[in-house]
Formats: sequence, C-alpha cells, structure tokens
Amino acid sequence: MKHLSVLLLSLLAFATARADEVQVAVAANFTGPMQVISVLFEHDTGHKANLAFGSTGKLYAQITNGAPFEVLLAADEETPAKLVKEGHAVAGTPFTYAIGKLVLWSADPKLVDARGDVLKKGGFKHLALANPKTAPYGAAGMQVMTKLGVAESIKPLIVQGENISQTHQFISTGAAELGFIAYSQVIKNGIIGSGSGWLVPGNLYDPIRQDAVILTKGKDKPAAVALQNYLKGEKALAVIKSFGYELR
Amino acid sequence: MLTDSDLQAIWLTTRLAAVTTLILLLVGTPIAWRLARSRSWWKGPLGAVVALPLVLPPSVLGFYLLLAMGPRGPVGQLTASLGLGTLPFTFWGLVVASSFYSLPFMVQPLQNAFESIGERPLEVAATLRASPLDTFFSVVLPLAKPGFITAGVLTFAHTVGEFGVVLMIGGNIPGVTRVASVQIYDHVEAMEYADAHRLAAVMLAFSFAVLLAMYVRRPKPAKGD
Repeated sequence: MKHLSVLLLSLLAFATARADEVQVAVAANFTGPMQVISVLFEHDTGHKANLAFGSTGKLYAQITNGAPFEVLLAADEETPAKLVKEGHAVAGTPFTYAIGKLVLWSADPKLVDARGDVLKKGGFKHLALANPKTAPYGAAGMQVMTKLGVAESIKPLIVQGENISQTHQFISTGAAELGFIAYSQVIKNGIIGSGSGWLVPGNLYDPIRQDAVILTKGKDKPAAVALQNYLKGEKALAVIKSFGYELR
Repeated sequence: MLTDSDLQAIWLTTRLAAVTTLILLLVGTPIAWRLARSRSWWKGPLGAVVALPLVLPPSVLGFYLLLAMGPRGPVGQLTASLGLGTLPFTFWGLVVASSFYSLPFMVQPLQNAFESIGERPLEVAATLRASPLDTFFSVVLPLAKPGFITAGVLTFAHTVGEFGVVLMIGGNIPGVTRVASVQIYDHVEAMEYADAHRLAAVMLAFSFAVLLAMYVRRPKPAKGD
C-alpha cells in the first residue's frame, strides 16, 4: 500500500512537472525544421513540444473530431482560417510562419534538369505527388503541370503519396523515378543535397503560405502561446530559412 | 448511390481478392500439405514464417516489399530484367503483396483439414495401390473440402480487408491500385463523410455476410471419434 501511494505521488509529481507541454500537429513538409525548432524551444523556454506529423487534410479531420492538439502548423492558410471559422481554433492567432517552395526531385542524379524539361520530354514511368485533395504541395504540383500543359499526358503516370513524407519515400526508394515534394525535404546546406532537382519557379504555382494557429484546446495555455511566439523569433526563423522556406 | 469511382474501387478489390485467392490455392496447398504431414525439424520454422503476416504490422511488410520490388531491390531487378518492369504501383504488385499478407489465412485452415484426415485413409489408399497424386485428388480433396472452402473464403475476405500494405506500395492509382479500403480513407481525409459512409456500409455488409455464411454452414462437430 505504501509503495502504491509513493508510486501515485511520483506519478503526480511527474504530471505536474510536465504540465507545460504543448501538443503540436505539424504538416509533414515541416517535419525537418520542426524537429530542430522543438529542441531549441525546449532548451530556451523549458516547455516541451510533442509533435505529430501528417497531411494537413488529415490533421484537420482529426482536430475537428476532437484530437488533443493545441497548436497546428498547417501547410496552407485555408485550413487554419477554416478551423477558426468553425470554432476549433482561436480567432486572431493564425499567422504565416513559412512560405513553402516546391521542387521536382529525383534520386537519380541525372534525371531532372535545371529547367524541368524532363516533364515535357518524359522518360519516366511514375511521377509521385502528394494527394492533391488533402496536401497543398500535391495541389501545387498539379498546378505546375497544368500551367506547363503536361497535366493530361502525365496523369496516367501519377502515383499518390498519402502525404508529402510518403511521396518523398516513393521517390527516394526509386519506386517512382521523380516527383513533386517540398524543397525542405531535400535541402542540405542551401542546395539540393542528393539526386537531381528543379526548384520550381514561383510563377508556376500559387504561393504555399503555411499558417500556424492556436487551437481551442490550447487556448490560454502558456506553452501554446510560447510556441507561437517562439516561431516568430530569430532562432526559429533562421532554422526555417535554412530549410529553404521563404519568410513572410 | 455509389459513384463510378466507388464502383471502380469495388470491382478492383474483387479482382484483386479473386486472383490472390487463386494463386494462394496453388501455392498454399502444397505448403499446408507439407506442414500437415512432415515430422521434420523445419516444420516449426516454416509454420512460423507462414504465420508471420498475422502478427507483423502491415507497415513492415509494405516497407520490405517496397524496397525489394523497387528498381534497386532484388525482386525489382529480376522483374525488370525479365522485361516486366517494376511491381510497386501496379495491380500485380498488389497481388504479390496480398499473397504474402493473406498466406496464413489459406495455409492454416488447409493444414488443419489435412491433419484431421489422419494417416488411415492414406494407408488404405496406398494398399489399394493408388498413386500419391491419385490419393490426393480422390481421397484428400473430398475429405478436406470444408477446409478448402474455409481457406478460400477467409483468404478472399482478408484480401478485401487489406489496407496498410496497399497504402505503402500502391500509390493510390484509380482503377489500378485504389482499392475500396483506400478509397474510404481518401474520402475521410477529404472530409467527404457521406461518400465514406456509403462505401463503408458496403464493406461492412459484405464482411458480415461472408462471415455469417461461413459460421452458418459450419458443420456441427461429429459425436465420438
């Protein structure tokens, strides 16, 4: 009995010590930078950010169905706005934390040229794309192909990843020869780290403004507010920039 | 009621399950037979390998299959050298994956059926100078028929219910790899709950009907013996 109460007490103490945790839902393209930022955040503020990654569409579905997230880092601006309108997020808190860049990438060092002509020339069997219905980077990829007039000819070759991370996995394993993913997934020291890629010019797709928002469950939670502020701070911005995102 | 793409997904799922069941009938029967008859040391390890998909997360199977069947994997290089291309994102890739995934659902009921026949009928057949092949077709098959039905139905139904492996190697291509379970997932992700409901109800009704049919026609255990 004594043991049990000691155990319960220590569990309680553990729970209070961890009270300033924040549950964060993160769009898959921001996985890399957010893992770095969360370490800095914990170091600088003492708060702990627990991260869950997924496509923005899935995270939205989870949040509207009661998922315990307190902050959302979306891959678009529509989803946070919609969540505010529907009462799942706190009005006035959405802000653009990063502007995403799209890249056409292949693990093969020779396949993708610097102007993306490979889309017109062909010579590949599969082009991977995140599901355009739920992932903004997938939608942007579709937009690029439509603008270049190759959407119809490439459509039969498209394979869809469930989110941008799985799309990257399809390409990096070579199962799909090339595909549209986020620049942040392949950037290393300011350039495309491996394989070959084409950083798609911004005029071929609508800017991917990625908004963060405090969700209703994170309202008045110090750690949630602290994270929101931390994302606007110099250290976080430096990390975000180093992953190839543009800043607002 | 159901949209064209839903019907396409259902038809694809049916084809996938039918082809997988046929292939596993051919592959699973000899495996089950060996497992039922052998007393060798490898019976244990083989049985364990066959049962692996029961406990492995589909993501493990999907991950290995994606690497193995991709252009840099051993299977991928084999299929490419045979002029077949690579298997991920194709119907036949799903067939291969499903055959691994549903293997225990074919082998285990068959093994049980073969074991319950016992040695006696085989010995009698042998004294009547029936060849092993003849024995198999005229003695074993009729006696093991309920086992074959159970195995076939379970394999078919389990393949219909496949999701994780398909998600990992399918690439969600309409009419090729977008099976019903993935289509439902897509509907849910896109917040098309009404569409998800319709297709989900079809799947629920199908699964229940299959299991009901099996449990209703299952013969009562014989007395004695």
